[in-house]
Amino acid sequence: MNPMLGFRAMVYKEVLHALRDRFALIFAFMMPLFQMVILGFAVDTNVRQVPTAIFDQSGLTSGDGTAGSSASREFIDRLRNADTFHVYKFVHSDAEMNEEMVAGRARVAVKFPPEFARDLLRGETAQVLVLVDGSDSSVAGQAVTVTGQIGLDESLRRLLGEQAARPIEVRPKIMFNPASRSPNFFLPGMVAILLIFVTTMLTAFSVVREKERGTLEQLLVTPVRPLALMLGKITPYFALGVAEVCALLLFMNFVFEVPIHGNPLLLTLLSSCYLFVNLTIGVLISTKANSQAEAMQLAMMIMLPSIFLSGYIFPRDNMPWIFFGLSYLVPATYMVNISRGVILRGAGPAELWLDALVLFVLGVVVLLLAVRRFKSMIV
Amino acid sequence: MAAIIADNLVRRFDAFTAVDGISFTVQPGEIFGFLGPNGSGKTVTIKMLCGILPLSGGTAHVDGIDVGQDPDAVRARIGYMSQKFALYDDLTVRENLRFYGMVYDLYGRRLERRMDDIIARINIETYLGRQAGKLSGGWKQRLALGCALLHEPTVLFLDEPTAGIDPVARRQLWDLLFELSGHGITFFVTTHYMDEAERCSHLAYIYYGRIIADGTPAELRRLPGITPERTYRLEITAGEVTAALRQARQIPAVRSATIFGRSIHALVDDACPQDQLTQMLTHSGVKIEEVRTLLPSLEDVFVELSERRQKELEAA
Repeated sequence: MNPMLGFRAMVYKEVLHALRDRFALIFAFMMPLFQMVILGFAVDTNVRQVPTAIFDQSGLTSGDGTAGSSASREFIDRLRNADTFHVYKFVHSDAEMNEEMVAGRARVAVKFPPEFARDLLRGETAQVLVLVDGSDSSVAGQAVTVTGQIGLDESLRRLLGEQAARPIEVRPKIMFNPASRSPNFFLPGMVAILLIFVTTMLTAFSVVREKERGTLEQLLVTPVRPLALMLGKITPYFALGVAEVCALLLFMNFVFEVPIHGNPLLLTLLSSCYLFVNLTIGVLISTKANSQAEAMQLAMMIMLPSIFLSGYIFPRDNMPWIFFGLSYLVPATYMVNISRGVILRGAGPAELWLDALVLFVLGVVVLLLAVRRFKSMIV
Repeated sequence: MAAIIADNLVRRFDAFTAVDGISFTVQPGEIFGFLGPNGSGKTVTIKMLCGILPLSGGTAHVDGIDVGQDPDAVRARIGYMSQKFALYDDLTVRENLRFYGMVYDLYGRRLERRMDDIIARINIETYLGRQAGKLSGGWKQRLALGCALLHEPTVLFLDEPTAGIDPVARRQLWDLLFELSGHGITFFVTTHYMDEAERCSHLAYIYYGRIIADGTPAELRRLPGITPERTYRLEITAGEVTAALRQARQIPAVRSATIFGRSIHALVDDACPQDQLTQMLTHSGVKIEEVRTLLPSLEDVFVELSERRQKELEAA
C-alpha cells in the first residue's frame, strides 16, 4: 500500500487550519522577531561604565588634611579614563564603602590605604585594595583585568620613566567581529533558539489538539499511513520555518546591522535540516503528551537544554565532560555553529556539511521513533 | 457472503480479558445493534473489527477480508463514526468532506462526484460554507456520517452515534440508516437507547466480554426465562390508573404490577387467565378500557439476562 497515502489530505487540512486561525499564525511568526528586537537591543556583554566608589586615605599621611595624594589622584584619573569605570562617589570610611557595595550602588570600590603615598615615595610596594562585586561574572572579570592592567601600567611607568618604550607590546586583533559588537555575537546564535518556537511547539500542539478533539482516533481508522500523517503535519510548519529563517536573517541584517559574511542561501538551506529535526521532535512530543499543557512542558524541557548546552550563551569548551558530551545530542548546538559559521566567519559547505548531515540524521532517527511510538499508540 | 463474521474473538490486556471468545455473524444490509453496559467490551470489539487493535485470539472477517491478515485493506473498506463526531470545527462542511475524501485517496472529478452525492443524501446543501463547529448537534452528526460514507464503504461502524442528540435528529438519523441499509450497506451500531435497539434488525448483547444474547428483537423477547415460567404479561389500560394498581396488587395471582403512563404492566399466573382477571378487576370497580398481552421489553430482557449472568459469575 502507498506509504504516503493521505499526505496531500493532511497538508490540505493543516494549511486550512493555519489560514483559519490567522491571528495565531501571525503571532507565532512575529514572536521570534519581537524576541530578537528585545534581546538585540538589551543585551550588551561589553562591560562599560561600571559604577565605582573610591575610598582614598592616602592624603592623611601627607599631613595637609585633604583627602588623597598626588599619587592616588594619578591612579584615579587613569581609572576615570578607562571606559570600564564610572567613578561616581568618594567615600570616607570603610563602613560607607561597604554599604555602597552591599546596596549594589557600587560594583567596584577602590581603596587607597594611608600608607599608599608614603610607600611609593620610599620606593616600597604600595598596595591598592580593589573590591569587586562578584554577582555578575562578566563585570567582575573585566574589573579585575582592567584594574590589574592599570596597576601594571602605572608600575612600569614609574620604573621605566614617562617616555621609555615598553619592551613588549601585545596587539590583539579580534577576528570576525572586530568591533566586539554584542549583536554580532548573540543574534546569529539566537536564531537557533528562536526557531524552536515556530517548529517544535507548533507541531506538538497541532497533533495534541487532534488527540484532545478525538479527530486523531478517527484518522487511525482510515487508511492514512502514520508516516504520511506526520509528514503531512510538519510540511506546512516547515514552510513557515523557512519563512521565519528568512525574516530573522533580514531583520538581523538590516535592523541590527549584523553583516552576513557567508552565503545567506546556503544558511537557509542548512537551517532546513535544523527545522526538520525540530519538527520531528514536536511530533515525538505529541505522541507522548495528552494535553496541550503537557506538550508545552515537554517542549520547555527540550528548549532549556537547547539554550544552555548549545553554546549559545555559555561556551561549550568550559563545560564538564558529561555536559559537553550531552551537548552533541542537542540539535541547537549544530545550528548555533552553522549560523555563526556562515554569518560571522563566512564559512561554506566544506566547513559545515557535517553539522547539516548530523542534523538530518537526527531528524530521521527522531521521525522513525515517532512513527514507532505512533503505531504502538494505535494499538 | 456475510458482512461481518466474528469467530471466537478474544482480546486480552495483560491479565485482563476484555473480550472473551465472542462469535456472531452479520448479514449484508443488516442494522446490527451491539449492546451492553459500559466497559463490557463494545469499543474493544469495534476496534478489533476496524483493524486498529490486534486480536489476541480467534478470527474476524469484515466484507470478506481477514482483519488479522490485512487490517489496512479493512480500514479502506469500512466507515467509522464515533460519538465525538470527529469533525474539524474550524473547517467548513465542504472542507471536512473534501478532507475525508482525500484521506480515502479520492481526488479530482471522482471526489467531486462523491461529494455531490453525499451532500444530496445527507441534505446539507444549505450549510456547505458553514464551519462545522457552528452546526447543531444533529447536523454535525449527519456531516460525520457523510464523511464516513464518502468512500462508499460496505460496512459502517457507529459507536453511540446518537449520544447527546435531540429526539428529532435521532429519528432523522435512523431514517437515514434505514434508507442506506436498503442500499446494502451494513451497519454495526452501539447504543444505550432501547428504542433504537428495537429498530435494529439484529441484536447482540455483550456482558463483561461474553455475548449472552443474539437474535432479532422479537426472538430476544421470547427467550425462555425472561418471563417466569407459568406466568404471562398483561397491559391493562384503565381510567383511574393508581386506584386500578392498588386493586390489581390485591389479587393473589398478580405477581407484580407497575404503572407505565396510563396503563399497568402486570405479571400474572397462568392459573388465572386473562378473562378471569378482567372480571375480578371490574368487580372491584376498576373501569378497564383495554387489555392486551405483552411481550417483555428489551430492557426487561437485558436486565434479566445481566442479572442471571451476574449470578453465574458470582457462583463460579
